[in-house]
Amino acid sequence: MPNDNQMMVVSVWRSDGSNGRFETFRVPLRASQTVLDVVTWIQRNTDPTLAYRFACRVGMCGSCAMMVNGQPRWTCRTHVQKVLKQNHLEIAPLRNLPVIKDLACDMTAFFDKWTAAEGVFHPTRTRDNEIERIDPESPERVTANAAIECINCAVCYAACDVVAANADYLGPAALNRAWTLMNDPRDGAGAGRLDAVSQGGGCHNCHSMSSCAAFCPNELNPTASIAGLKRETVKAIFRGGK
Amino acid sequence: MIRRHRSHPLWYAFLLHRISGLLLALFLPVHFYLLSLALTDTAALDGFLRWTDLTIVKIAEFGLVFLLAVHFFGGLRLLALEFLPWSPRQKALAATATALAFFVSGSFLLSAV
Amino acid sequence: MLDTRLYLLQRISAAIMVPLVLGHIAVMIYAVQDGLSATEILGRTQGSLFWAMFYGLFVLAVSVHAAIGLRVIVAETFGLHGKILTLLTAGISIGLLMIGLRAVWALTIGGSTP
Repeated sequence: MPNDNQMMVVSVWRSDGSNGRFETFRVPLRASQTVLDVVTWIQRNTDPTLAYRFACRVGMCGSCAMMVNGQPRWTCRTHVQKVLKQNHLEIAPLRNLPVIKDLACDMTAFFDKWTAAEGVFHPTRTRDNEIERIDPESPERVTANAAIECINCAVCYAACDVVAANADYLGPAALNRAWTLMNDPRDGAGAGRLDAVSQGGGCHNCHSMSSCAAFCPNELNPTASIAGLKRETVKAIFRGGK
Repeated sequence: MIRRHRSHPLWYAFLLHRISGLLLALFLPVHFYLLSLALTDTAALDGFLRWTDLTIVKIAEFGLVFLLAVHFFGGLRLLALEFLPWSPRQKALAATATALAFFVSGSFLLSAV
Repeated sequence: MLDTRLYLLQRISAAIMVPLVLGHIAVMIYAVQDGLSATEILGRTQGSLFWAMFYGLFVLAVSVHAAIGLRVIVAETFGLHGKILTLLTAGISIGLLMIGLRAVWALTIGGSTP
């Protein structure tokens, strides 16, 4: 149990969007403290100009995702005691996304790629049709269910080195979503989605490093989803589809 | 030295695969050139081959065979990952690939010395 | 910068090389025993249609595979893309093919006995 007088040294990335540097704060260490608590403490007690994002603070919205000691995590679900290194903590905005201010990054590119990968549901029925029956035990539904819990927190996007190396790469989250829709018989995008995930920045650029699966707080596996997409695109070639 | 978000086994598998591929690709032109000396200058080829009697060269050859073997077995794991149904045992498969590569290249070294 | 076609070429060339690599390593383990010499090697390979086909196919597959692999590395490390990347890829594959086939020729059909 840390005593109430113990202070930790926290390096926080400060930026106006173009120029950035780490600024050091001394923050009291408390029991059961999360990294989000630390950032909030700094903003309320030391520097009100510190910009950061959070919402639910209970690990279900993904808004508080940041780089903690170089690893992308949800700060509300990261206990300080687990990541404190020699009384030091380093907090930075998510990698691979432009910084708006301090710890808040611009998620536009992330969502643009979501759309570009056809991570968009294309309905085939209207309210006037009967509801399509989906068997929850069918192989496609089991496959889709394994990957649909994505809440767009961009932790996988920040972890991925192919995203860092290739500006066109759609990224693990977008491709993972495309895969779930590919397994949804209600969706009508079909070949259009296969095209979308096969472009220059598509699924074939994944090198299966699996940092996405290693860091996804919802324990999703975009590597497996992307492998599924690769299989489908190859099958389409042999079917003469592409 | 390796950034914190990269220090997990499958990332090292990727790095090993990329480095082995790169080094093999750089070695190939040298390999092809030396072998083609059989056409123009067999004496020179023999001269180069005589270097292979040195232990340090045998160790270098072991390194080359390891690069090929680890790229090969790692590549098999990737082909399985991409074309067969997903296996959750990727870390174990990556470790097996590396072990097999040591076994094969070790056999080569024992054969060479 | 890898589309479905290049991706598939990379995987197909890899699959073709599976038995070739195993064969090559086996041959190396056998051949390296008791030292290497031009006479010994050429004695096995000269005039052999089998080795010409084996290593000819190997060279063909590796020219494609290595060129695409280097393409990915160059694109991700230096950010090259478009025409210059395609030219580089083609250049590497043609270069490897030429010197590789020359080596195969030298060791099998074209060379002289030592």
